[in-house]
Amino acid sequence: MSPLNGFSLSRWWSIVLKEFLQLRRDRLTFAMIVGIPLVQLTLFGYAINTDPRHMPTAVISADHSEMTRTMIASMKTSGYFDIVAELPDEEAGRAALARGEVQFILNIPAGFTRGVLRGERPALLVEADATDPMATGMALASIDRLAAVVAAKDLTGPLAFLAAGQAPFDVRVHRLYNPEGITQYNIIPGLMGVILTMTMVLMTGLAITKELERGTMENLLAMPVRPFEVMTGKIVPYIAIGLIQATIIVLAARIAFRIPFAGSVVMLYVAVLLFVAANLTVGITLSSLAKNQLQAMQMTFFYFLPNILLSGFMFPFQGMPSWARFIGNLLPLTYFNRLTRGIFLKGNGWWDLWPNLWPLMVFTVVVMTVAVKFYRRTLD
Amino acid sequence: MSDGYAIDVSGLNKHFGDKHVVKDVSLRVRRGEILGFLGPNGSGKTTTIRMMCGLLKPDSGSGTCLGFDIRRDSGQIKRRVGYMTQKFSYWDDLTIRENLDFVARMYDMPDRSGAVGRTLTGLGLTDRANQLTGTLSGGWKQRLALAACLLHDPELLLLDEPTAGVDPGARRDFWEELQRLSAAGISVLVSTHYMDEAERCHKLAYLSEGRLLAQGTSQEVIATQGLITWAIHGGNLSNLSETLQRLPGVEQTVLFGAMLHVSGRDGELLERTLRATASGTGFRMEKVDTGLEDVFIYKMKQSAKESGPGA
Repeated sequence: MSPLNGFSLSRWWSIVLKEFLQLRRDRLTFAMIVGIPLVQLTLFGYAINTDPRHMPTAVISADHSEMTRTMIASMKTSGYFDIVAELPDEEAGRAALARGEVQFILNIPAGFTRGVLRGERPALLVEADATDPMATGMALASIDRLAAVVAAKDLTGPLAFLAAGQAPFDVRVHRLYNPEGITQYNIIPGLMGVILTMTMVLMTGLAITKELERGTMENLLAMPVRPFEVMTGKIVPYIAIGLIQATIIVLAARIAFRIPFAGSVVMLYVAVLLFVAANLTVGITLSSLAKNQLQAMQMTFFYFLPNILLSGFMFPFQGMPSWARFIGNLLPLTYFNRLTRGIFLKGNGWWDLWPNLWPLMVFTVVVMTVAVKFYRRTLD
Repeated sequence: MSDGYAIDVSGLNKHFGDKHVVKDVSLRVRRGEILGFLGPNGSGKTTTIRMMCGLLKPDSGSGTCLGFDIRRDSGQIKRRVGYMTQKFSYWDDLTIRENLDFVARMYDMPDRSGAVGRTLTGLGLTDRANQLTGTLSGGWKQRLALAACLLHDPELLLLDEPTAGVDPGARRDFWEELQRLSAAGISVLVSTHYMDEAERCHKLAYLSEGRLLAQGTSQEVIATQGLITWAIHGGNLSNLSETLQRLPGVEQTVLFGAMLHVSGRDGELLERTLRATASGTGFRMEKVDTGLEDVFIYKMKQSAKESGPGA
């Protein structure tokens, strides 16, 4: 029995035609066919950079000399470091690292230049936020070469003997938060946000379209229930689901992956709660915009894509061009990634977390307002 | 003004895109009255019903439902109206009791479990209360839907083709229930395609292509058309029907199995034609009262003729 037995070209063609006709009328699918390659190409081609440069760096300098200026200048010209601040002391430096304001601290001790000139081989300290090993690896590798550059420029003439043989000074690198550069330490806390985004947005995305598709929406609309009651009522069960999911991930992170947990559990759950709420409002908004469940799923996918790529989960946030960082800054996952990594690895306190907490709250309120506005009050 | 009227709307219009689906519809339903809402598919019955209970906003027109403005007070109306959708719209993945419980909570019923229990008993579904609603047959779903929209003691029922696809026994039970409710003072607007159901209504309204063509008791609706009808019995009526349609005085023929209804407005001309064509050929004929069905088929054809195809 060949599958071609009795094959009818006309029947076959009628199927082909029907599929084309239906595809042409399904605008959203069509938009996806065109949009996804464009979005992916743009994001992977322009936004994503696995060798991030221009990372914010602060300098704590107790010694100002020609040589330290050369050191800072050569760090700048390496392209990896942007000197964004001059900090007074070690404490201020640690705080800036904890809040994620800077990725690196260059710490020049007092008497550094004199030490070099005396041939004492003093040490420079570079502290790095090594949460994401991918973000810091290449930059730190470049630092080792800097001593030679400085020597070649400033230790000339009568001082040339200092540049010969051993390097004239040491560069000590402190990798903070993830000293061994274990990728899982960065990925697993980040994965928490990714999983929550996917499940929360998808499940609530279907919540209203399901009613529409089954015809139960008409019944619901005929009852004296207010849009805000429907929306928030539909969200609550998923908050519980989100908290359960988060618990599973935290336990897996601790038990299976042995991820350190430096922060507070209460803070983590507060962050999860805010993040889940933000995602659920996105889901419910998509659900009131979509005409059916398939559309809601397609929209969820559209939302998911930039979240994965631009939030700093998969690729270093600092490595992206400013337009991509701007989009990233509109996504709750960007803030949640910083929160989970801050709580798990850095042991952040409320004060450190706040810059990433309030954007989640603002996001939720804004999106909920949109959702209630777009909710169908009638069948129009 | 609207005292004594459960529904009093005038000049309702509704467009969907560039389609004008409801055209200047004015309706009045007295309290305790059953109004039968008739008309072919796509004539705007569902749209009109939806405008009355706040599911759709009319483009123009105004009116009241139970004394509340249909544009402004849809919240108040929803609380006092029981709306039964054309397609079963309760949750298939909830049990019967859970669905009724949901409805009772929606309307803030004071004695929720009591009301749900009474409804279940009334339906005879007490021992199946924990069965998933999706597993019910069509007839049972329809009875459940009616019971659910009565749960909050509404003053007005809007029923959109409640008996479509329901067997004759269940339909009879359903209408007995409606008549009981009407006697208890509840007003009913019910759309239907069945003429026997139409005969059971106190008043009728006939909608075609969005326009209200007739309104009144069934006698009034029949009388306004001024149709004379003859019934012909015999064999091979369908050939006779075709022949008659081309002859003077015959405006409509409708075949009911072994009987042919022939109608026209000019009684004398019709009788002459019939006697010339059908007498002495084995057909038996008699003058009968024009029925609702004759009138509605006549009106449907008329409005189709006026608007022409595709208009």
